[in-house]
Amino acid sequence: MSVNVKHQEAQMIGGELPKEKLQGSDVFIQSLQNEGVEMIFGYPGGAVLPIYDALYKNPIPHILARHEQGAIHAAEGYARVSGKTGVVIATSGPGATNLVTGIADAMMDSLPLVVFTGQVASAVIGTDAFQEADIVGITQPITKHNYQVKKVEDLPRIIHEAFHIASTGRPGPVLVDIPKNISNEVFTKSEIKVKDLNLPGYQPTTSPNFLQIQKVAQALQKAQKPLILAGAGILHGKASKEFVEFVEATGVPVTNTLLGLGTIPGDHPQFLGMAGMHGTYTANMAICEADLLINIGARFDDRLTGNLEHFAPNASVVHIDIDPAEIGKNVETAIPIVADAKEALQALQKLEIGQLSIDKWNKHLNEMKENYPLQYKRKSEKMLPQEVIELVHRHTKGDAVVTTDVGQHQMWAAQFYRFNDADNWVTSGGLGTMGFGFPAAIGAQMAKPDKTVVSFTGDGGFQMTLQELSLLQESQLPVKIIILNNQCLGMVRQWQQTFYEERYSESLLPSQPDFVKLAEAYDIEGYKVENYEDADKLFEKVFSSNRPALIDCRVEQMENVYPMVAPGKGLHEMIGVKG
Amino acid sequence: MKRVITTTVINQSGVLNRVTGLLMKRQFNIESITVGHTEQAGISKMTFVVHVEDQRKLEQLLKQLQKQIDVLKVNDITDKAIVTRELALIKVLSPPGVRSEITSIIEPFRATVIDMSKNVITVQVTGDPEKIEAFIDLLRPYGIKELTRTGATAFVRENQKAPAQQLSIL
Repeated sequence: MSVNVKHQEAQMIGGELPKEKLQGSDVFIQSLQNEGVEMIFGYPGGAVLPIYDALYKNPIPHILARHEQGAIHAAEGYARVSGKTGVVIATSGPGATNLVTGIADAMMDSLPLVVFTGQVASAVIGTDAFQEADIVGITQPITKHNYQVKKVEDLPRIIHEAFHIASTGRPGPVLVDIPKNISNEVFTKSEIKVKDLNLPGYQPTTSPNFLQIQKVAQALQKAQKPLILAGAGILHGKASKEFVEFVEATGVPVTNTLLGLGTIPGDHPQFLGMAGMHGTYTANMAICEADLLINIGARFDDRLTGNLEHFAPNASVVHIDIDPAEIGKNVETAIPIVADAKEALQALQKLEIGQLSIDKWNKHLNEMKENYPLQYKRKSEKMLPQEVIELVHRHTKGDAVVTTDVGQHQMWAAQFYRFNDADNWVTSGGLGTMGFGFPAAIGAQMAKPDKTVVSFTGDGGFQMTLQELSLLQESQLPVKIIILNNQCLGMVRQWQQTFYEERYSESLLPSQPDFVKLAEAYDIEGYKVENYEDADKLFEKVFSSNRPALIDCRVEQMENVYPMVAPGKGLHEMIGVKG
Repeated sequence: MKRVITTTVINQSGVLNRVTGLLMKRQFNIESITVGHTEQAGISKMTFVVHVEDQRKLEQLLKQLQKQIDVLKVNDITDKAIVTRELALIKVLSPPGVRSEITSIIEPFRATVIDMSKNVITVQVTGDPEKIEAFIDLLRPYGIKELTRTGATAFVRENQKAPAQQLSIL
């Protein structure tokens, strides 16, 4: 190793190269520019020094997070809100392993990311070298695909393939591991050729089978109680417009998965609310009663279905998904359709199905909606988290980009911030990652600088990635952090209360930092509010400012998320339904 | 149920790991796996025998394999007319007294003796996995010192009697 690598290090440090010569890191930057990359989220380190040297002249803006996990969650927020591919760079070893949670999160929620990791020099891979980790092996089950670059000539092709794979079909994260000697290597320009894509093993189906689409139309016309379950596949397919048109043309009622919220406006008359473990009574009962369930772009996750034995017992199931492996995985499907949501909806619209005669069904559902709305009741002076969310909804006119972590505050945001646009909702659904929401909000704000971005977080989750306050201060983005502070890990506490006889094992957090002082330490405005009226006044001020702010909202500790389907139970067995 | 599945894959580093990792992640039990080059450069073929609980699990397995970028083709060939072959090497204790007895077992199985020492012979046998099972069972009473099997590799026959069951929805 030594001679060769030392020679290359010398070349790198030596500076200017002859004009016809290029370094691997220059090829890297050029390839990213060819893909139209707007910004990179990352953190430097030894194995990516050549790449950071090439970034020094700022050919592509680089966002310096304060932890690799912050960088990748920010990239996820950016990808989710912009619909573009998020790009992340970290160094080898610990830099790479710090990305693992974000990669797994993006995999579960189908977010397009291309993640670059540095690697130790090719010659020492496999020798337990300083800062070496087998990141390709580690991330194999949590990436859509991953690569290790073996030859510098392959770099442009691999980068082009990585962006293609990440952003097409069912989107997902792709990791490219680049040994340091590759980004250091010097060669002549003529040696680089970007060939056309050649991926014979990757040909996603996007056009629906017409016969299957006809079957759906027939099933709809026969159905007495049809229901559409709309998932994130609709927003990834950028098909919200087509979706709402189809829904309005037919009159079929709609429920959403957690990640599908906003694909139909939250106050649309045909919308029944979210379904699943903390879904509305009406949405869950509609699934139980429906005779035809059309799933568009959702994967029948266990938090949605509850006990599969009791899931949609009367319904014949149509499943439209771009990923064939999701169809029939959890729920038996009568009419499977492998397609992009937009193309499937356009094909359905062409058949001109017209308004269905399902007035009786819709009337029944509307009565349920009226009789069993989501509700909460304040029992003391302490404000309730649900009230805070509704207040924020009012002050942002229901049009903010909202990000969350996982847990109680996430469910309340899903229930009470009635989303009018799918691109306004950024949450960690499948993996359920604490610490996701705050950095994701920064990424989302970077994608949409003119939008109001609100990060609802808990006092637990916020402490997992709060170091990004430094990035927020530096970028001066007007992100508003709303900590719904109940001094506990709310959802864990709720489960311990409900299923473990109130043994609150390690879920109470009485000892906390002073979040206001913490914000001030980062030179960010910090506020603490303890009652509704003060919150109302404060939000008036905060949401009219274009500076970042942190608001520590002290809320009732013992409030629970309802309705709730206990684990192992069917959707019809909800508890905490208030009528 | 036992299924024989073949996949054609691009011969990139880590592809075997990718496929076996996928089977592990999705909780499938592999009984045997073989990999080797095909007539096309850069393309390899894997044959594996797996145990799956039911039809739905099987369909999941095929679809998940198909989803891999490096996997070109996936076939469940269990219900087709196929030829399956496996090779086993077996060291059997064979003191002079029983050697001719062992030889008489070897012959009908068309196995061959490939090494011999004073008290041990090494036998090579090829055939479908059931035949090899039967052969091993017959030799076991004499004392098997060492045993290794390659796992099954398989081909679909050129002439198929009946059309195979369609599993894919594509």
